[in-house]
Amino acid sequence: MGIRERLSGNEAVAHAIKQINPDVMPAFPITPSTEIPQFVSTFISNGEIDTEFIPVESEHSAMSAAIGAEAAGCRTLTATSSCGMALMWEELYVAASNRLPLALALVNRALSGPININCDHSDSMGARDTGWIQIYAENNQEVYDNFVQAYRIAEHKDVRLPIMVCQDGFITSHAVENIELIETDQVKKFVGEYEPEQYLLNPKMPMAMGPYATSPFYMETKMAQNEAMKNAKKVILDVADEFARMTGRQYGFFEEYRLEDADYAIVMIGSAAGTTKDAIDELRNQGKKVGLLKLRVFRPFPGDEIAKALSHTKAVAILDRSEGFRAGGGPLSAEIKEHFYDAGLTTKAVSYIYGLGGRDYTVDEAKQVYAELEDMIENGTKLPQYRYIGLRK
Amino acid sequence: MKDTIEIRWHGRGGQGAKTAALLLADVAFKTGKYVQGFPEYGPERMGAPITAYNRISSDPIRVHSNIYTPLYVVVVDESLIESVDVTAGLKEDGAIVVNTPKSADEIRPHLNGYKGKVYTLDAREISMQTLGKNFPNSPMLAAIVAVSGIMEKDAFLADMRVSYKHKFAKKPEVIEGNMKALELAFAEVTK
Amino acid sequence: MRTDISKIHEKTRYQDITPGNQVYGGGTSKAFNTGEWRTATPVIDESKCVHCLLCAPVCPDSCIPVISGKRLAFDLDHCKGCGICAYQCKFGAITMKEGK
Repeated sequence: MGIRERLSGNEAVAHAIKQINPDVMPAFPITPSTEIPQFVSTFISNGEIDTEFIPVESEHSAMSAAIGAEAAGCRTLTATSSCGMALMWEELYVAASNRLPLALALVNRALSGPININCDHSDSMGARDTGWIQIYAENNQEVYDNFVQAYRIAEHKDVRLPIMVCQDGFITSHAVENIELIETDQVKKFVGEYEPEQYLLNPKMPMAMGPYATSPFYMETKMAQNEAMKNAKKVILDVADEFARMTGRQYGFFEEYRLEDADYAIVMIGSAAGTTKDAIDELRNQGKKVGLLKLRVFRPFPGDEIAKALSHTKAVAILDRSEGFRAGGGPLSAEIKEHFYDAGLTTKAVSYIYGLGGRDYTVDEAKQVYAELEDMIENGTKLPQYRYIGLRK
Repeated sequence: MKDTIEIRWHGRGGQGAKTAALLLADVAFKTGKYVQGFPEYGPERMGAPITAYNRISSDPIRVHSNIYTPLYVVVVDESLIESVDVTAGLKEDGAIVVNTPKSADEIRPHLNGYKGKVYTLDAREISMQTLGKNFPNSPMLAAIVAVSGIMEKDAFLADMRVSYKHKFAKKPEVIEGNMKALELAFAEVTK
Repeated sequence: MRTDISKIHEKTRYQDITPGNQVYGGGTSKAFNTGEWRTATPVIDESKCVHCLLCAPVCPDSCIPVISGKRLAFDLDHCKGCGICAYQCKFGAITMKEGK
């Protein structure tokens, strides 16, 4: 039976960490993720868990130490945001290419500049090609549930890739909301012990990790890494099904909200999806056939599945919470449109940018997006293919 | 979500408006409601105007935007009335609660023509009387619970006693003062 | 998991590459005959060598074995012929000869 509680998003992740009791956590504080290592170090000093906490001098060091600990054979995690993650850049690739299944609790925050502490997805979207699995959350419940599932996905022998568990800075990380927690013994049973097949501190099988790879080896190695990312798709769904049997909460690559018969759809990631759901209910009451596809898993990218789920719609608005600076929209819209093309879809798809640097996104703005899609299809009104929501002009 | 109660808090950094919003979320949670309590963050400094929000509902809350048309507004620092449009979007069938020694009639002319209910409470005086220090957020919390009716007085006080016992486990001598502050605030704002 | 890496070479297909190019088993560099690369070879004049042992620690490829305080013959399977040993020898006991 679940435990009814109210926690902020950061508290929820910290609680999942406490229940899992990982071996090592190197971390360096940065707003808005600071509370996570703060809570964890409190659990440690209270004797509630025996995780080894390593206070480091930078995020570069945090990720380096995490890589070292994971390579040694320890279940490891760290937490960061924004520029902290940018400082980990080089190491993000090292973690993924060395096939180290460590976890990163990312609290999404805008990258500088202008310097800003509030939410957008520019940090994780910038890291979308580092080889990490990326899972996003709409609310505190989802980020908690995602973290409980994270190690099962990352450590699976067919995957062995690092995983980023993302939530929206302040909007969920600092907002107290209702949540249903899982009993600790159930979490422990679900996550299990970490038993890597090969690790540096194994005296029975000495090994070297991260060797130089010459050209004859490099491409084959990257392809093998990509296969692991492909394998992650099945593992993510299997773990989600097992999680659903434990909790009744079913997850997949994405959530479809009143999408089945929708003419007009919004595709987006994160906390603003809840706001869109309220807009959908209002519009449905007026007879408008509108729906939502809320993406949970961005890496691996479930492009074919997304195209299929949207294939019946008349028009789609793809909402990115980060700029791509290709002078044509954000990363989510680029990738979805690619898969539309592959699927032979001619569905109209419009790229929108919203919520940069914590800019609020409201129910009325969601309704406006649906109105614009409808106007484009019903009245033939030309709609620029790349628009900002809530921009003063 | 028609039955959602939306509340906006105005305070200054360091006065505990955010803590009060989180405490209110706690109180409402204990009545079985779905809650949200969240601050609006900027580059905060002690004394800078800050805003915090609550949503309280019988149904799960999905919306994650700020609150633009609250049913209730709580002003933890009277001086904000001059610099912040505290009644912006405030519903006429709602109410505003202001921490001030002045009466509601004296405050109303400063509220941009707001026609709804105005409650005042001298939270500073209550806090000084009961705690010997100016911690206005406990009395203001009691005031908004009283005005909004989200919880019965006795149940609220019983819950808060449990919270305080937990929060002040290392200094139990302040529990009675805080309880007294809540009771005085409850009585004063509803009179 | 497969840990035999002896069959992995420059023609190995991607399915058979170890994850992250992990190298299993210790001391695998021994099997790599870097002596092949040599274009100059160190030669020791035993009559001048006083076994001061300054040459052994400076060898980047650990090709000068030392046993019981005496340096032994060069490990020419792995010596790349860099000449550092000859450069540092204070007694003129090591000279570099062109070729293998």
